[in-house]
Amino acid sequence: MRNLINFLWNNRFFSVFLILELISLALLSTSYSYHRSLSFNLSNDFAGGILNTTTNISDYLHLKETNKTLLEENAFLRNQLPSSFLSTDTNIIFIDTLFQFIPAKVISNTTNMQSNRIIVNKGSLHGVEKEMGVISDNGIVGIVIGVSDHYSTIMSALHQNANFSAKIKESGQLVNVKWSGENYLFGEVNDIPSHIQLIKGDTIISSGNSIIFPEGIIIGIVDNHEQSSNKDLSIARIKFGVDFNNLTYVYLVKNKMKTEIDSLIMLNNNE
Amino acid sequence: MNNIIIKNIVRFLLLISIQLFLLNKMNLFGFLNPFIYVLFIILMPLKINKLLLLFIAFFTGFTIDYFGNTPGLHSSATVLIAFLRPGLLRAFFGNIEFTLDEEPNIAKLGFFGFFKYALVMVFVHNFSLYFLEILSLSKIVMILKNTLYNGLATMVLIYIYIFLFTRNKT
Repeated sequence: MRNLINFLWNNRFFSVFLILELISLALLSTSYSYHRSLSFNLSNDFAGGILNTTTNISDYLHLKETNKTLLEENAFLRNQLPSSFLSTDTNIIFIDTLFQFIPAKVISNTTNMQSNRIIVNKGSLHGVEKEMGVISDNGIVGIVIGVSDHYSTIMSALHQNANFSAKIKESGQLVNVKWSGENYLFGEVNDIPSHIQLIKGDTIISSGNSIIFPEGIIIGIVDNHEQSSNKDLSIARIKFGVDFNNLTYVYLVKNKMKTEIDSLIMLNNNE
Repeated sequence: MNNIIIKNIVRFLLLISIQLFLLNKMNLFGFLNPFIYVLFIILMPLKINKLLLLFIAFFTGFTIDYFGNTPGLHSSATVLIAFLRPGLLRAFFGNIEFTLDEEPNIAKLGFFGFFKYALVMVFVHNFSLYFLEILSLSKIVMILKNTLYNGLATMVLIYIYIFLFTRNKT
């Protein structure tokens, strides 16, 4: 023991280096898996507050564009109002809201890392919880992995651990969407059965199988699909619906039945 | 002595601000994110206590991690270059005498001397950062590509910073 302490003291430069490096790597190891990112991250009100102030300034530059997208979305939503349907149409049944949308502003966002994260200005005080889905007008954005009082951290779809349950709009075939890690514009659908041939322009939407996202949210448009002859499953490249490099407003999706479904799953697992 | 501490605190705040509020927000050509804050470690006084430098580097990296929500990523890379720095200076400039408060600037190390010193520091930092982030040997080409482009962009910014913020004592 004394020898060890002597050794460490004599090599204190190296020891301190090793200790600091190990602390860093321990912190870093939390970002290598989805579940570890959930249990540890640096979401906090202090950093959020500072980032928020600087975003307020740069927001003015995007006002015109933001207005336009909000206008378009307003029009789309207006079309879905009960008043825009014929009153004789008796097929419309009003059900309890399953998904609730919390609007939020992006205050920090990266696209050039392997594990990109987005920070938005809504937190637990606004009803945000971990593992809520995040969408924008143009499609799926990511999943909430960390929450503080006023801010939350989102694992962007551009993250090596992000994986979305999706389906092909035309055929309803279930697939998974991942990010290949190279270009922020393109994602990958990597388990297409061999009898399915996608063409450029096919839409990939959320499957609704996970309780995180509602069904039918656009993920991307097929850009290129090469049928491989020797494999059962082939890979297609899709262009994300969302321009991650130009993200200002998003909606956090709250599934009101999540706790109920979760406890059901827990019950099944325990048996 | 006090003078140099104040100078470094100002430089720290300036470089961290540029990094967080400017460079981390814009995405040059879609994938570049130069890490100009490394210059803070590069320009630390030549005779600074090696242990102190390690802690300063850890703190610097941790600040970037804290705001960018990248736990441990930048800290590990900055601690690594702080560890290599004394050896690197000895290897490159073993024959030059340094006084206590001197900084490794172009005037002291020469244009080429400073260039090769900064280049090694920047590239080791970028490589270890991308290596740890991607952590996959099958993507080694991507790691090298990111290191090369981002390292060069960082070097360009470092020179712009130096020419903007260094007073000419002529």
